Amino acid sequence: MLFEEFDPLKGEMLQILDKNGNIVNDKLVPKIKKETLMKMYKTMVLGRIADVKAVQFQRQGRMLTYAPNHGQEAAQLGSIAAMDDDDWLVLAFRELNAMLYKGVTLEQSYLYWYGNEMGSKYDENVKVLPINVPIGSQINHAAGIAYASKLKGTKEVTIAYIGDGGTSHGEFHEGMSFAAAYDLPMIVVIQNNQWAISTPRKKAIKSKTLAQKAIGYGIPGIQVDGNDPLAMYLAVEKARERASKGEGPTLIEAVTYRMGPHTTSDNPKLYREDKEVDEWAKKDPLIRFKKYLIDKKYWSNKKDEELQEASKKEVLEAFKKVEKTGLVDLEDIFKYTYEKLTPNLKKQLNAYKEYLNEEGAK
Amino acid sequence: MAVKTILQAINEALDQSMEKDDSVVVYGEDVGFEGGVFRTTAGLQKKYGEGRVFDTPIAEAAIVGSAIGMAVNGLKPVVELQFSGFSLPGYNQVVTHAARFRNRSRGKYNLPMVVRMPYGGGVRALEHHSESLETLYAHIPGLKLVIPSTPYDAKGLMMAAINDPDPVIFMEPKRIYRAFKQDIPEEPYEVEIGKARIVKEGKDVTIIAWGALVREVEKAMKQVTDIDAEIIDLRTIAPMDTETIVNSIKKTGRVLIVHEAYKSFGPAAEIISRINEEAFYYLEAAPKRLTGFDVTIPLPKGEHHFIIDPKQIAYELKKLMAEKA
Repeated sequence: MLFEEFDPLKGEMLQILDKNGNIVNDKLVPKIKKETLMKMYKTMVLGRIADVKAVQFQRQGRMLTYAPNHGQEAAQLGSIAAMDDDDWLVLAFRELNAMLYKGVTLEQSYLYWYGNEMGSKYDENVKVLPINVPIGSQINHAAGIAYASKLKGTKEVTIAYIGDGGTSHGEFHEGMSFAAAYDLPMIVVIQNNQWAISTPRKKAIKSKTLAQKAIGYGIPGIQVDGNDPLAMYLAVEKARERASKGEGPTLIEAVTYRMGPHTTSDNPKLYREDKEVDEWAKKDPLIRFKKYLIDKKYWSNKKDEELQEASKKEVLEAFKKVEKTGLVDLEDIFKYTYEKLTPNLKKQLNAYKEYLNEEGAK
Repeated sequence: MAVKTILQAINEALDQSMEKDDSVVVYGEDVGFEGGVFRTTAGLQKKYGEGRVFDTPIAEAAIVGSAIGMAVNGLKPVVELQFSGFSLPGYNQVVTHAARFRNRSRGKYNLPMVVRMPYGGGVRALEHHSESLETLYAHIPGLKLVIPSTPYDAKGLMMAAINDPDPVIFMEPKRIYRAFKQDIPEEPYEVEIGKARIVKEGKDVTIIAWGALVREVEKAMKQVTDIDAEIIDLRTIAPMDTETIVNSIKKTGRVLIVHEAYKSFGPAAEIISRINEEAFYYLEAAPKRLTGFDVTIPLPKGEHHFIIDPKQIAYELKKLMAEKA
């Protein structure tokens, strides 16, 4: 069994595709349909460009605060690709690639970071929870979704993401205990990107790995090369099998790196060495995944150039549409507080409208 | 009709809701096998099984947070936090998520969920078992806060809360869980959330209370038989039935608000503000509030100073009636 073979207490980490795109563990290469691999790769390219562009737009004063994903694409896409269409995705806030893969549109995602709640109104059949800003609290939501799936007897499995910093939060512990206690069909992926804003993972967390936290909950935990899409896929595929059989949750630590700042509001040069960043740049998930696909004859440099161009165009067009959305209507900030406006909210709204009518719009 | 206590009425509301609707689930600390420390959920696990009625780890954030997930995924969770004083580890989930999911997702997700919590003092309990934290919940947009004071309302409001499409905080006045009985309908019924109840009509003064204090007000009135008070049981603290309050003040011109929650920034402050905004010129005396002091609710040997009794209500009422503009 995969989870017994890779024991986090022994410091073992699952890797299939090394940083140069070579298969290092032939026996473990997961069977992934070409179509799936290409969807993963295309999303990765789109996600990378969208991410780099979002930071640029922010620097130009056209976008608000943004949390970049650069470097963490494989951790997200390797994992989400191993899930079924009918499964649930529960986000932290640095999962742009997983969101895109699962059917959130780039336009919606940009709209959210642009400062409009409408960006979290995903299409009806998209089983994704909105971005969750309070660190760690989403694990409990995932546990509740998974409980409902189990009680209703559906085949849904819930996958939730959290950062390395998030595992320090009490709600992570409560959610993991809860999910483990009832053997819930749930997978938690820790995107260990080494940094919680300016605090390095080693300074804040004493345990050698984050995967080993699973032991306390009585569930399997595994450390995976998070920049290796094949290893991530395999780990989640196995975790999903466990979940489907009613064997309960699995904790997966994706060892990766946040190439950019925590958000566009901080400057990582103040707290970390360029040397560290350069080392991780060599482990870029995009480079190794592309090489793997070209080696498999699924892809070519020429096709890649075309994809880069098309993706860039898609990104610019999506943002252009978002920039045209303008300000939120007054009614909209009131009308989703409850199903119906309360008498009190009606009064507040009308009083403000009266002011606008008499003194002109703000 | 059948004679029931508040506790039995809540139990019946849960039972009938679960019977009618498979998506209703009930859980919390000691809620399943034992039926809760007050036995409010007694018998439900036996009837509906461990899947729908279950004991949880001692983890209030998980209890509330998982309810959010369940509500997203088609269930109607009714969770119990053992005492309102212990609701605070779950408060993060209530405030940062339960109250906001509809707004955050612009209506893609709404949360039909109920968070029950016994509240209030006067039961000679340990620390953290006697709090009245209405203010903390009533202040938050997106939440409803309901408090019954009779078995009839307890059943009807609970059934309404379970069927409400938005999260409802349901505070239960534990001091009167078993204090008295009332003949209530055996069949399911709802009492509308957001509507106060006029306990007794009157013309001299309006008294507003809720939960265990409604009965204390009624007892007080027996000591001041010369005052014809209109008594309002607010029942829903948020969203508040301002109209019933204002109409009453317009008639009486005087108001006394009685609550056990701490005074400063408390519910009475909000009620008086609304009266000032909408019935200021009808007032014949400054609005009065008789509330918990702004001190930590004392342990049992000092609690008698804090708990509001009928004599004190009668005293404040007489003072209020003596005031002249």
